[in-house]
Amino acid sequence: MNEGSAAVARATAEAIYRAESRRVFATLVRLLGDFDLAEEALHDAFRAALEQWPRDGVPENPRAWLVSTGRFKAIDGIRRQARFVAIDDVAEQVDAIPDDASPLDGESIEDDRLRLVFTCCHPALSPDAQVALTLREVCGLTTEEIARAHLVPASTVAQRIVRAKAKIRDARIPYEVPAPPELPQRLDSVLRVIYLVFNEGYSASSGSSLTRVDLSGEAIRLGRLLVGLLPEPEALGLLALMLLHESRRSARASPTGELILLNDQDRSLWNRDQIREGSALVEVALSSRRIGPYAIQAAIAAVHAEAARPDVTDWIEIAGLYDVLLRAEPSPVIELNRAVAVGMRDGPAAGLVLIDTILERGDLHDYHLAHAARADLCRRLGRTAEARTSYERAIALARQEPERRFLQRRLAELHD
Amino acid sequence: MKYLCLVYLDEKNLDTVPDSECIACGEALRRSGHSIAAEALQGVHTATTVRVRNGKMAVTDGPFAETKEQLAGFYLIDAKDLNEAIQLASKIPPARVGSVEVRPIRELSAT
Repeated sequence: MNEGSAAVARATAEAIYRAESRRVFATLVRLLGDFDLAEEALHDAFRAALEQWPRDGVPENPRAWLVSTGRFKAIDGIRRQARFVAIDDVAEQVDAIPDDASPLDGESIEDDRLRLVFTCCHPALSPDAQVALTLREVCGLTTEEIARAHLVPASTVAQRIVRAKAKIRDARIPYEVPAPPELPQRLDSVLRVIYLVFNEGYSASSGSSLTRVDLSGEAIRLGRLLVGLLPEPEALGLLALMLLHESRRSARASPTGELILLNDQDRSLWNRDQIREGSALVEVALSSRRIGPYAIQAAIAAVHAEAARPDVTDWIEIAGLYDVLLRAEPSPVIELNRAVAVGMRDGPAAGLVLIDTILERGDLHDYHLAHAARADLCRRLGRTAEARTSYERAIALARQEPERRFLQRRLAELHD
Repeated sequence: MKYLCLVYLDEKNLDTVPDSECIACGEALRRSGHSIAAEALQGVHTATTVRVRNGKMAVTDGPFAETKEQLAGFYLIDAKDLNEAIQLASKIPPARVGSVEVRPIRELSAT
């Protein structure tokens, strides 16, 4: 092979690594039954590819080549360690590895990716560990990238991942897609992890975001992967919800990082492609007749996205969707959002009655957005003194700097 | 793989699950081949804790830690993996009022 084609083969190997390494890894975990062994085998396989492909040419099916090379390297490694352990143990360990005569067609490889997702999001792992493991093993982020994204030390993330892998191994968490009776509950856990990743990226998108990985982008990629593998209505709903939120990214903060509310956003900055895709997914999810909280929230976001100006927003539709959402998933925060929508549909006085009922119950007493919403309704009703008290309470409770500054601006704008 | 399902209950809830239900649960697990052993325990007031420190035995009254939920019984089961163990544990009657801790059994190594 000449210099030129060797360089092409090397570039091909690197491109395949970027595109395929997590797929190959997912299959190696199934074959080897161990995350660490699979990770090592993956790297050995790519090292071999970088050596052999420039010399012998790129194999016809690179993915299958990488899987079987990784498997072979792992068995080789176990045999080499045989000097230190009893022969019986080695034979047992090697025998337990299925031969790669098992089909490596597209379908079984995609099944392995789904197995990996469900295993990383297993509810027997702590929520922090589920997020870290998913970002590491499914998305292929490094420990340092995950740590920076969550503003925690890399050692903390590394420890979470090590503990999670130890639990998978020692408690024998199976590497499988859950059976239909368990699927809905297990899918909830996967969706929750993806949405958690998205929200962390979303709320961190202002300020010191330059050095941080784009977690929202990773979450959307995960959402797409899940929809491709398992097109359940709630998976579609979650992807739609994320796309519709993401579509407003460049409109929701000023160049100086100041928060801009939906009402005041420059709607020409909204990403039309993401809105189109999100709205289409909402339609599919709603037509399934198995409508869950993610699809309903996405439907609400889609109604906002369809309004060319704030004053043509269909608040009747939005308030109605909040009624449905509250029935599907009763929670004080959803009740608060519904109260705001009712305030838009029937006037601020109607919204205020609902919010005061929630606050009197004490549920959202320390939730800054409840007081911010109350302040806004009082302001619209001309009850300035009450508005001021509520803004002050909201400012005292708000934890994020841009939110605090926004509320302070609102407070300063009040006229006596 | 063996898992020990430890049943924890608030002592005041002990009477809320009739013995007959627990007997039926144990029988069902035996019939399906998942049960290795299962017993209910006397109340925590009967417990004695034993420690050996510097070769000297110390015996004290009661459990190691005072918690609201007490160990009320256990099921030693044989399950394919954690998913099956979780499914079986969810059928243990006190899971409805207390909690069941599922712990894999560690094989002791002779060397």
